[in-house]
Amino acid sequence: MLALFYIFIAVAIGVSFWQITRILNFRTAIATDKDNDVQGKLFLGFLAFLYAMMIYCLIFMNVLMLPESASIEGEHDDRLFNITFILIGVVQFLMQFLLFYFSFKYRGKKENKALFYADSHKLEAIWTITPAVVLVVLIGYGLWQWNNIMDLSDAEDPLIIEVYSKQFQWEARYAGDDNALGRGNVNYIKGINTMGVDMTDVNAQDDKQVTEIHLPKGRKVIFKFRSQDVLHSAYMPHFRAQMNCVPGMVTEFGFTPKFTTEEMRVQSEVVEKTAAINKIRKEKGEDPYVFDFILLCNKICGASHYGMQMKIVVEEEEAFNKWISQQPTLAEVIK
Amino acid sequence: MSEHHHKETFVTKYIFSQDHKMISKQFLITGIFMGVIGVFMSMLFRLQIAWPEKSFTIIEAFLGPHQNDGIMNPDMYLALVTIHGTIMVFFVLTAGLSGTFSNLLIPLQIGARDMASGFLNMISYWLFFISSIVMVVSLFVEAGPASAGWTIYPPLSALPQAIPGSGLGMTLWLVSMAIFIASSLIGSLNYIVTIFNLRTKGMKMTRMPLTMWAFFITAIIGVVSFPVLLSAALLLIFDRSFGTSFYLSDIFISGEVLHYQGGSPVLFEHLFWFLGHPEVYIVLLPALGITSEIIATNSRKPIFGYRAMIGSIMAIAFLSTIVWGHHMFISGMNPFLGSVFTFTTLLIAIPSAVKAFNYVTTLWKGNLQMNPAMLFSIGLVSTFVTGGLTGLVLGDSALDINVHDTYFVVAHFHLVMGVSAILGMFAGIYHWFPKMYGRMMNKTLGYWHFWITLISAYGVFFPMHFIGLAGLPRRYYTNTNFPMFDDVADINVVMTLFAILGGVAQLLFLANFFISIYRGKKAEQNPWRSNTLEWTTPVEHIHGNWPGKIPEVHRWAYDYSKVDDNGDYIHGEDFVLQTVPLKDGEDPS
Repeated sequence: MLALFYIFIAVAIGVSFWQITRILNFRTAIATDKDNDVQGKLFLGFLAFLYAMMIYCLIFMNVLMLPESASIEGEHDDRLFNITFILIGVVQFLMQFLLFYFSFKYRGKKENKALFYADSHKLEAIWTITPAVVLVVLIGYGLWQWNNIMDLSDAEDPLIIEVYSKQFQWEARYAGDDNALGRGNVNYIKGINTMGVDMTDVNAQDDKQVTEIHLPKGRKVIFKFRSQDVLHSAYMPHFRAQMNCVPGMVTEFGFTPKFTTEEMRVQSEVVEKTAAINKIRKEKGEDPYVFDFILLCNKICGASHYGMQMKIVVEEEEAFNKWISQQPTLAEVIK
Repeated sequence: MSEHHHKETFVTKYIFSQDHKMISKQFLITGIFMGVIGVFMSMLFRLQIAWPEKSFTIIEAFLGPHQNDGIMNPDMYLALVTIHGTIMVFFVLTAGLSGTFSNLLIPLQIGARDMASGFLNMISYWLFFISSIVMVVSLFVEAGPASAGWTIYPPLSALPQAIPGSGLGMTLWLVSMAIFIASSLIGSLNYIVTIFNLRTKGMKMTRMPLTMWAFFITAIIGVVSFPVLLSAALLLIFDRSFGTSFYLSDIFISGEVLHYQGGSPVLFEHLFWFLGHPEVYIVLLPALGITSEIIATNSRKPIFGYRAMIGSIMAIAFLSTIVWGHHMFISGMNPFLGSVFTFTTLLIAIPSAVKAFNYVTTLWKGNLQMNPAMLFSIGLVSTFVTGGLTGLVLGDSALDINVHDTYFVVAHFHLVMGVSAILGMFAGIYHWFPKMYGRMMNKTLGYWHFWITLISAYGVFFPMHFIGLAGLPRRYYTNTNFPMFDDVADINVVMTLFAILGGVAQLLFLANFFISIYRGKKAEQNPWRSNTLEWTTPVEHIHGNWPGKIPEVHRWAYDYSKVDDNGDYIHGEDFVLQTVPLKDGEDPS
């Protein structure tokens, strides 16, 4: 495959230089009927190329896609995305066809006459109103879903977790038994108090600092994001979740995990994707990959931006409770 | 005025020229020079993306202290991405595109002797030149050029402790951009005043070619939005150099708490995108204007829906100033604001759809003359549609959450504004080259240039959507730290190969351009048999554009293939210059 491309490029360069030498040929610089014919047909050829590429990408790159949403809120994102994607797919196929087919069909000939056709209010009304109507649907569903995700006010007994970012590391803090986070500020950063928690705050005593996020399946989680230095963005692609971490303010995002990590690992899309990845890794002699939920940094934050990640584990309530009870409280750690 | 020719020295003719035609060429050549740098940088970082941390002699040769044995440093990767974006958006597609064609065409197409102020026009170019020099110089500072992304979000761009490029490199970036903005504002004001005041007799606003409308509206949105970027930059300079806290608060870095209190990076994002979004249309509208003109001329048909086209340019321009928040859905701003911006953003789809449909209808039943400029224009419509449609995904806040800052965004904006605007710029160069240099560019080379460019543009940016949908964040030096992205590695290689192919194809253009200046076939006065006024000027450039009186205009710019009741051309040919009076009984269009 690669060799083919090298040859392709070499040929293209060769042809270029051959063409450059021909530039001194003073032939007519304006398109002739023959040019119109050749270029018109090339447009038709290009249409075939474009269609082939679009279909190839749609079919064979499907395996690359993220698996279905692992959060309950994300289900609507997937549905809205599918609706939007089908819609733009249809319009794309149609518009490219019209554009390139017309370019071919009406390629110029000396004896032809163009049609003097300057305006049609009817046609223009059609293609103003049609997109408008379609947009009403998309905007309506989109806004409903946006509100559905971003409105965290009615969550019942959510699990509160602080996600803390810095160059180039994530940390997390659970709110503990009182489910209230203790105050935090960069001024309190000292020694092992790396997240700058105010230890004089009562709410802070039972908080638990961890290096790996565990979530119970089926319970709403509200993340509070902080950053101590530059902008970061907490991106959890499998949950359709992302929010920037902004120094000087607390941002938030919430979702309800739908599948445990174990359940995800046996889900057909994930199995297929993992197999494809492991085939590649085996060829390179690397360890096999096992699916895990992940938190990545998705806002340019410095030289090692590309390495900033944290593992997320989703488990059944019971296992989660066991894990969280084993974590020491801040009062125990920071004296 | 044009009767007497005053003596010109080399300096007044070629360097400190106040003639709009010369200034336009200066803009173009500087833009091409910057474009070569910008495109070359993209080749370098595409090498790193396709073959992470592999040694390349070309990297060793060009990146000096910012590489180790031919492997670029992560800092330098970010610097390349940053400067590539800055150069392409501002120096090539704003100054290079708008500067070139607004200067060349505004006086010629509205029938004016020159710009309203030739002197300010000269200043505008020279400020652009200085800002280009400063930007290029910033590439050579020891700690590297600005590397916080072309959007230079603080605190990253404010703190040299956070990334080395935010030291002197960032200072020079800000200085360069401040000068650039001054240049752009002076230019835009000049364009607006010229179009308002210097139209020739009979050139009503509703008779202007769509290029004029596009440049006019572009200049207005430039004047509205660029000053906001200037103030954003000034406040950032204050934060960086004078210890103020406009954008910074509660920062702990390199083991110490900084003194900043009460600022917010989100404020910067608002100010930046208040320009940043209209900037997309500052880049795109001139390209669409150029395309409208070229498609009509080469289809030998009037542009379909002239008034609807003007209306949609205005609608796009208006909406573009109230949608900036769609870059910030997940910045931490109030979700209600996100709803408002989703609504306004998706509305842009309507005027954009009108434009796309009108282009296609213009082709319908035309007599298409496949000159290179026409091919590039058709290519523009194609990439504009492909790239524009994915805007429906990104503009929808709920969907944006999961594709924000992934390669899906990169694919979207490169197609819809990058590739489209570049294709429009090429279309303009091929079309108006005879007007600029009095010679023709080589057609065959133009064809090759077009096809390789279009195929490689799609080859790079179409698959890119899908790796974005796989969740791959942009601006990663390498994604080898994430096994979940191992399966996109091959696609990255293919994309890089297409990128190199596309980059190399531009050599065809450069050769064609520079050789044709000296050796091209001599141009006729109206080679494309076009209606507009610029083709009534003599091929050889003269001060004041027209010998004798300025022509008077009697009709709109699109009377192509106008026939009488018997089906014969009313004026004997399939085009009618705007200067030709209406015949008895001829309908004004």
